[in-house]
Amino acid sequence: MSELQLPPDLLRGLTTPRLTRRRAMQLGGMSALGLALAGCSISGSSPSASSGGKVSLEVAREQIATFWASQKKGSQLNFANWPLYIDVGSKNSDHPTLDMFTKQTGIKVKYDEVIQQDDTYYGKIAPQLKQGDGTGYDLMVITNGIYLDDLIERDYLIPLDQSAMPNFYAYASDLVKDTSYDRGNAYTMAWASGITGIGYDPKLVGKKITSWNDLLDPALKGKVGMFGDTEDLPNAALCAIGVNPETSTEADWKKAADWLKKQRPLVRKYYQQDYVAPLSKGDLYASQAWSGDIFQANANGAHLEFVVPDEGAPIWTDNMCIPQHAAHARDAMIYMDWVYQPKIAALLADYINYITPVPATQQIFAAEAKDATSSDDRDYYTTLSTSPLVFPAQADYSKLHRYRVLSAAELTTWNNLFEPIYQS
Amino acid sequence: MISRIWRTRLAPYALILPGWLWLVIFFVVPTLSMLSVSTMTGNDLDGFKQTFHLSTYSDAWSEYHTQIVRSLVYGLIATVLCLVIAYPVAYWIAFRGGRYKSSLLFLLLLPFFVSFVIRTQSWEFMLDDHGMVLGTLRTFHLVGVMKTLHLVSSSGTILQTSTAVIGGLVYNFLPFTVLPIYVALERVEPSLLEASSDLYANKFHAFRKVVFPLSLPGIFAAVLLTFVPVASDYVNAQILGGTKNTMIGTAIETEYFTNLNYPVAAALSFILMAVLLIGVFLYARILGTEDALEMAAA
Repeated sequence: MSELQLPPDLLRGLTTPRLTRRRAMQLGGMSALGLALAGCSISGSSPSASSGGKVSLEVAREQIATFWASQKKGSQLNFANWPLYIDVGSKNSDHPTLDMFTKQTGIKVKYDEVIQQDDTYYGKIAPQLKQGDGTGYDLMVITNGIYLDDLIERDYLIPLDQSAMPNFYAYASDLVKDTSYDRGNAYTMAWASGITGIGYDPKLVGKKITSWNDLLDPALKGKVGMFGDTEDLPNAALCAIGVNPETSTEADWKKAADWLKKQRPLVRKYYQQDYVAPLSKGDLYASQAWSGDIFQANANGAHLEFVVPDEGAPIWTDNMCIPQHAAHARDAMIYMDWVYQPKIAALLADYINYITPVPATQQIFAAEAKDATSSDDRDYYTTLSTSPLVFPAQADYSKLHRYRVLSAAELTTWNNLFEPIYQS
Repeated sequence: MISRIWRTRLAPYALILPGWLWLVIFFVVPTLSMLSVSTMTGNDLDGFKQTFHLSTYSDAWSEYHTQIVRSLVYGLIATVLCLVIAYPVAYWIAFRGGRYKSSLLFLLLLPFFVSFVIRTQSWEFMLDDHGMVLGTLRTFHLVGVMKTLHLVSSSGTILQTSTAVIGGLVYNFLPFTVLPIYVALERVEPSLLEASSDLYANKFHAFRKVVFPLSLPGIFAAVLLTFVPVASDYVNAQILGGTKNTMIGTAIETEYFTNLNYPVAAALSFILMAVLLIGVFLYARILGTEDALEMAAA
């Protein structure tokens, strides 16, 4: 584990990207809004809105092949990721796997922890991509859901070179191959996955929590946290009323919104990522939580439990993808496949503590536990290799559901139902 | 001849040209652009078109009027608290600061050298359920009293209540209140105080009749500089607030960045701007100085 003492949520909060003056000008001056005055309209960003419709599959494949044939290996990779989402070395600022990558391939990596939330990050890069400018990054990590769907729909991502991902096809778990949000892995490879369940302090709650409906207990008034977003909150509520979010209907959404409204008076706050500290300190007794955060909090000395409620829970995947106009697309491609070697994946999973996309790492951790010289190491690797948070059991998967994929019209209805619950 | 006309008539305009350009490029153009956006319809995928759709304003108001009113109320309370705290501080530094004046002012500004977000975050540490503020209140058995006054929640916590949000606002914006008042008080001639005591005014009367009226322009500027940013703040409510403390700044941010609903975000900004301007002008009238802005600038 890292030696970092700060709670992960705080650290995420502290790493807000600062706008450079040039970017501020671009955002304020030349963005869609700035141009609006001249043109009296803001052009849309779906490919069909601007130029004549979609191309046939074969032509698209050919174009992709031609594109990749022109992409040569360079010596630089600009990587945008979330804070606390990669291994950290002894100096606290170095990342051993990135150094290994540079040594083996000669590609230097500029690693920036600039993504804190999909929505705000998307809000920042979308105007740049719309203008046809690069984001400055060759690789970024985006959660499946509304914003990844948008990036794909608007042609803001470069389709992957399917011939350059042998490790992925050899070692990736079924969970992240040919997913519902990216058929055939045309645009993405998974970085890590996680479960949105319930984290709680058994001592303070005084009983075992097994169901979302336990969060309706009046005894928890003012001590319950929920997420203030349009993915985890609604999808969990759909699970709570016993509906599979993936196949839910508008009538189900209304019931889920009613469930959340009923719960609202008990809720202390609809959190972004700042729930870990209050939960560890006891300001919250129970909260909607991400699996890996609870694992990390416990490794830092908290005594929390994480449950996948009986009714089921959302599972999400953070995905590596290449934004349009990336200057070093080939280098990004090389890196994406490189991390799928089990040994490298193990080094990453050892630190990240979310569900690794490479199941073969489980044996590596089991072996580490066996060969460990200190009891601390043995305990840690035993916990890691047997943790259902990092390697969910087959039985768990039947309870885990992907987010509802929404069309533009559905999205409006969805947002209008769920946003007022946490925004007021 | 030409050079004389140039000097007397055109030179002043030439001199303020950079100022005008600055104002036009960075204020007028963006404002008009936002105004144009606020009446567009459409969505981010298909684009926005100018349709002069004015009902965006009424829709935005009916959806977010709670947050707008709440922001004004928080702004008002925080501004009054800031004034109550700032006036004695400014008075003391101006009249008793002596040779330490600049050091004291520096101390006042010292927190500004730390990021806004971190300052607010540290309030979260102080106010949490096991933090020093509640700890102190518990030691002195004051939690019950605070509960009766509705300063803490019914379960006896401070974080995620309006007390926490207003507290954070007062703390973060206090220097904006102190500085203008200090500047006004600093300019009061000590000889005026001597004169008033020569005319048999005691210290209280001298303050009420001489010092306080002379500091009014400072107070006016202080209220403007505090109230406007406080009412549109979006950090404090997000970090210290709970389910019933969302301010309008947060709503605008969500509409803009999360929902990519530029028209509603723009309309909300204009509603907020209008409400603030009306508030400021009403305030100027009530204060009885029609050219209060001029006074403040003086």
